[in-house]
Amino acid sequence: MAIFPPQTRIWWNEPVAKAELVWIAVAFLWGLFMFFMMIYWHIYGKQNLSPVVGRIDPAVFEQRTSEFAEKFKVREEGNLGIPVAKPTAGGDAYMLARTFEWWPVLELEKGKSYKLHLSALDVQHGFSLQPINMNIQVHPGLEHIITLTPTEVGTFGVICNEYCGLGHHVMTGRIYVVEPGQGR
Amino acid sequence: MTDAAIPANVLGTLAAKFRTCPATGLKVDLAAERLIKANAVAAVVFLMIGGIFGLLVALTRWPAVHLLSSDMFYLVLTAHGLDVLLLWIIFFEIAILYFASAIILSSRIAAPRWGWVAFALMIIGGVMTNIAVLQGDSSVMFTSYPPLKAQPHFYLGLILFAVGALIGCFIFLGTLVIAKEERTYEGSIPLVTFGALTACIIAVFTIASGAIILIPTFLWSVGYISHIDTLTYKLVWWGMGHSSQQINVSAHVAIWYLIGAVTVGAKPLSEKVSRGAFLLYIFFLQLASAHHLLVEPGLSSEWKIVNTSYMMYLAVLGSMVHGMTVPGSIEAAQRKNGYTHGVFEWLRKAPWGNPAFAGMFLSLVMFGFLGGISGVILGTEQLNIMMHNTIYVPGHFHATVVTGTTLAFMAVTYLVVPLIFQRQIIWPKLARLQPYLFGLGAAGISVFMMGAGTLGVARRHWDITFPASDVMLPHGYPPMASLMMGLNGLSAILAATGGALYIAITVGSILFGKKVDASNAAASLGPMPKKIVRDAVTKYGDAGTWHLPGTYVLVALFFTTFVLYYFVNWKYLSELWPMQ
Ligand code: HEM
Ligand SMILES: [Cu+2]
Ligand SMILES: [Cu+2]
Repeated sequence: MAIFPPQTRIWWNEPVAKAELVWIAVAFLWGLFMFFMMIYWHIYGKQNLSPVVGRIDPAVFEQRTSEFAEKFKVREEGNLGIPVAKPTAGGDAYMLARTFEWWPVLELEKGKSYKLHLSALDVQHGFSLQPINMNIQVHPGLEHIITLTPTEVGTFGVICNEYCGLGHHVMTGRIYVVEPGQGR
Repeated sequence: MTDAAIPANVLGTLAAKFRTCPATGLKVDLAAERLIKANAVAAVVFLMIGGIFGLLVALTRWPAVHLLSSDMFYLVLTAHGLDVLLLWIIFFEIAILYFASAIILSSRIAAPRWGWVAFALMIIGGVMTNIAVLQGDSSVMFTSYPPLKAQPHFYLGLILFAVGALIGCFIFLGTLVIAKEERTYEGSIPLVTFGALTACIIAVFTIASGAIILIPTFLWSVGYISHIDTLTYKLVWWGMGHSSQQINVSAHVAIWYLIGAVTVGAKPLSEKVSRGAFLLYIFFLQLASAHHLLVEPGLSSEWKIVNTSYMMYLAVLGSMVHGMTVPGSIEAAQRKNGYTHGVFEWLRKAPWGNPAFAGMFLSLVMFGFLGGISGVILGTEQLNIMMHNTIYVPGHFHATVVTGTTLAFMAVTYLVVPLIFQRQIIWPKLARLQPYLFGLGAAGISVFMMGAGTLGVARRHWDITFPASDVMLPHGYPPMASLMMGLNGLSAILAATGGALYIAITVGSILFGKKVDASNAAASLGPMPKKIVRDAVTKYGDAGTWHLPGTYVLVALFFTTFVLYYFVNWKYLSELWPMQ
């Protein structure tokens, strides 16, 4: 029994039953398969996070984001007037996280690729694009650049899903996706 | 002082006193027994406190109830994580370590006084951190990611607690040394002790990681250090936070073997295989920190893939092996007990009325099907994009650490109370019901949180309705999400009822249970399977005499579910917006 010492003193020489060996082999091969699946997806899959990352001073990131918002602003929204920026297709887009907002709102075109720059100014936040359900961690001091291609038109919420303080649940942002060549 | 007394004084300060256990015939060191009692009682008290917090959290996350204010919610959630994941689990594990060394090996415990120092440190640390949280200035969640900052005594309490637990680990190791030197057993240590040794080795590693990160963080909170790197913190913190989950797995797998042995007389199918599977945990656990870093900037994909898969899923392999050998050893034992009809007579006629067995088997099945599979999915680099920080994550780990570890610990309590506290379980009928009630509730919270997570619901989030009065850019989750969170709330009530019953039965039995003595010792362990035939002449559980068709079917079912769910998730991933 498992609460007594092994019955055979030299237990490591005991034969192992075939069924056990079969299961160990199957489980091992399945593990290998799952391992190579991740590598396969890096080569052939379309959903991978980029390793393009750099250290960045939060103040610099804030500066770049406001310049970006200034340059591409198409309108303002909400009673506080959040800018909505519509970057050129194929170009760079910036979104910053700070307690407790995602800034600015973006308007993207369906089927076009954008280089989305994400970073935080204060604490960590969680970029959670809904209802797509795509979730990326955002750190202060690290800039994450993701090439993103929206495939559907609509209004998408950006939720914060990394606890960032007592206002965590009011932290929302937005991304609009429109048909190419059209606005809202 | 006589010569004979000297060896006994080397590590212990007083010569040990023993009693003989009427049920098992094991020699029980009274000093070890007192320490086990103290740690087990502390564990149960923190489970009670933490469980109440868990219920409050779940009721707040039920949109129709939305019980607590937002500040209270984050406070209570921080306390819930700390009290159950750290205090309940680790106090209980220390009790298990002492049990698996001193009691199972019939040895005296090493340095019992240090055991009390460890206990005191853990209590002081645990209470200190709780006070910090309840004071309201430390609602940083138990992960306390900087630059969120808690009060200094939040970190200090955790450090003291960890030092105490570390001392406990060394007492366990010291006891193994004493038992070996004083030859209290023959040959190799039993499998259960081996599992506990695995847990202990992992614990030492994780506590070291904890010290490496929490000590600087403490210094930062009092102002001696100006900056803590957010990514480094996470990497090292999860070296403790996730690797310590392997302590829980090792401990509860050891308990599965223990309960199988005591209730149906199960023997390991193969000592070599079961021990090898434990070894895999030790070799590959350090890599698990990556599970929390899969969508982080600043780490290469190569690093993520190697680490998240524990170097090609070798620690997962360990669990899959136990997933066969534990039910296999039970099937083999039951077949030897005479239940040989068909594929599943052994399982149907298992002692389901014995809460130790029922809790153990539910824990085994739910840990594998709910916790294990969802864990591998979550830990797959790209699939993690769909689930990171959604409430799928708490769904997954309530399946591992609640339906798996907590239920196993509850199950073994039904043996510990008669064996160590020497009291019979009061209210045997309610005790029989308890594992089912708690198991069902815990399965519910796991499944419904996972369901809500696939719909995008965020974890650690006070209000998922985002009313336009509160937020500038409102957003709505699909109505199904609210339904899931409602069902989660209902399951939480069920789980809390089962938990309350467990606490009432345990405390009631310790205080008012009938004394266990030689006359009623065996019966005190709960209903056991009737042996229809005498023990067959086999050395090992399997021994080629019995095929184990029931286990093969269970394992095949598990594997099919696993593979299907795995591919379904890749399919969902392929529908996401392309990103690079
Ligand atoms: C009555 C039983 C329990 C209920 C109803 C319950 C419910 C919950 C809920 C609803 C959450 C919040 C999820 C979120 O908002 O992110 C949560 C978090 C958590 N629970 Fe439980 N739980 C219970 C027992 C346990 C036990 C026994 C453990 C550990 C052994 C545990 C460990 C945790 C941890 C570690 C968290 C995460 C806290 C955080 O995100 O900081 N729970 N629980
Ligand atoms: Cu945030
Ligand atoms: Cu947040």
